[in-house]
Amino acid sequence: MTQASVLKNLDEVRAMIKRHKLNDYIFAIVGLIALMIGLLTLLTLFIDLVMDGFERFSLEFLTNYPSRRAVNAGLLSAWVGSLLVMVVTFLSAVPMGVAAGIYLEEYAPKNWFSDLIEINVTNLAGVPSIVYGLLALGLFVYILDLGQSILTAGLTLGLLILPVVIVATREAIRGIPVAIREAAYAVGATKWQVVSQHVIHYSFGGILTGVIIGMARALGETAPVITIGALTFIAFLPPSPVTTEPPFLNFEWLSSGFTVLPIQMFNWLSRPDHAFHVNAAATGALIIVVTLLMNGTAIWLRYRIRKNIKW
Amino acid sequence: MVTATTPIKAESRDLNFYYSNGTRALKGISMPLYENKITALIGPSGCGKSTFLRCFNRMHDLYPGNKYDGQIVMHPDNTNVLAHGVDPIEVRMRISMVFQKPNPFPKSIYENVAYGLRVRGEKNKRNIDDKVEEALKGAALWEEAKNRLHDLAFNLSGGQQQRLCIARALATDPEIMLFDEPTSALDPIATANIEELMSELRNKLTILVVTHNMQQAARVSDYTAYMYLGELIEYGDTDMIFTRPTRKETEDYITGKFG
Ligand SMILES: Nc1ncnc2c1ncn2[C@@H]1O[C@H](COP(=O)(O)OP(=O)(O)OP(=O)(O)O)[C@@H](O)[C@H]1O
Ligand SMILES: [Mg+2]
Repeated sequence: MTQASVLKNLDEVRAMIKRHKLNDYIFAIVGLIALMIGLLTLLTLFIDLVMDGFERFSLEFLTNYPSRRAVNAGLLSAWVGSLLVMVVTFLSAVPMGVAAGIYLEEYAPKNWFSDLIEINVTNLAGVPSIVYGLLALGLFVYILDLGQSILTAGLTLGLLILPVVIVATREAIRGIPVAIREAAYAVGATKWQVVSQHVIHYSFGGILTGVIIGMARALGETAPVITIGALTFIAFLPPSPVTTEPPFLNFEWLSSGFTVLPIQMFNWLSRPDHAFHVNAAATGALIIVVTLLMNGTAIWLRYRIRKNIKW
Repeated sequence: MVTATTPIKAESRDLNFYYSNGTRALKGISMPLYENKITALIGPSGCGKSTFLRCFNRMHDLYPGNKYDGQIVMHPDNTNVLAHGVDPIEVRMRISMVFQKPNPFPKSIYENVAYGLRVRGEKNKRNIDDKVEEALKGAALWEEAKNRLHDLAFNLSGGQQQRLCIARALATDPEIMLFDEPTSALDPIATANIEELMSELRNKLTILVVTHNMQQAARVSDYTAYMYLGELIEYGDTDMIFTRPTRKETEDYITGKFG
């Protein structure tokens, strides 16, 4: 090859690299804009809620029952309801979801049937939440006769986030290197020993993240809870789960009527009196803060747990 | 030389192996592992060395669809470890394995070594302590590790991690130890350490080692098997294989004309 043609080639190569780099540049800008649209919208919304609801930020807002007078109306029954519903959701979705995830990853034979289940589980995560509400109304309220209760709401939301927990569990388990698994089997461990002494420990961070994100989603769900008949105005608390007399535990709260934060917010928002819209905004801000806190905790925990596991 | 007095610890008899996709990775392999000797497996990449090694502790059972055909008989009890009635877990309790890349658990040094004992149901802390110390000494890691037994194993260097994996495999008093290219991820000094260790371990157990390193095979092993395309081309005394191989293919491979 002559000197001239080498130089000409080099020029072409440089021009080509430049063209390709331009694509990098364009994509970076498009991506940044997309990110900003998402973030700024959320931020604006949040600031707007905070400004609208600002006058209600006080301790009384959390310790008062709903009231006919907007200034006195508080969230007590709603946040206690949310908390108790979340407890049921957690207790129903987590053990079942984690067990199902482990079974699918570690035990289920890989054939068309498990493929079918896999597709179904993934699709379940995309089913509109009101459909879960209808299902729960039929199953829990009418067939099982559990009433329009905390138990029903908790189980419904548990069902709703079950796919999230299953998928998170499976993904966390898949992240464990084959080499570690083989090392455990090679010293003579049984499948259950591998699962209980290795798999669960190493996937704990990922599972926990999935659980928290699922719980944060459940906290904000409105449609299914309305469908199963949550009350919108309650001025009482469910019976306390703990008592001062033996056996110290009381399960009556499970069958109690209830309301939850998003429903209380919806109720206030639908009133004509503008003063209640302030309460709604304050509630919205609270839900966002709690959700962000939960997600933040998930990220932090994940980081903390992953720090000791390098692969 | 192979003498009539050297007892055989295990032998494969006409062993064929099929992966789940139908690949026939081993073709009629018959060879012995002499007791308290080191047998090296050499051959070009993809010839089936790892496949053969992993038959001994039934690692292939972890993945569905793999099929063994033939026998691997352990002495003195004459157990065919590939037989359907023999539980792979029982086999792995007798035959331990060290992998190519160090693969410690994300647990402490102590827990890594103790794991095999825990799996076997050992609960007595004194016994476990003693065994852990013995295994770490056997793996020449005790001096470096004794003051940091409860540190995470990941904080060790690569060579130390590999010795930790040897200690883990050693703690359960296996009869046979399998090594799959145990030094390919290590520097020359760490490699020399491990080779020395293997020579010492020979007094306690029987070793089968896969290696890509001809010098290593010549240095550490008593017997050498040369495999090619799933077949055993030549097996014999290491000195003989490296000085007077009977097959042309073996000679080409060890002199570097091929592979
Ligand atoms: N899981 C698998 N499924 C199907 N075929 C496989 C699988 N693992 C290995 N093989 C094939 O089996 C043959 C032997 O592979 P093996 O890993 O035993 O070779 P090897 O001698 O250990 O090679 P290397 O020196 O590169 O480690 C190869 O042809 C390989 O492609
Ligand atoms: Mg190999």
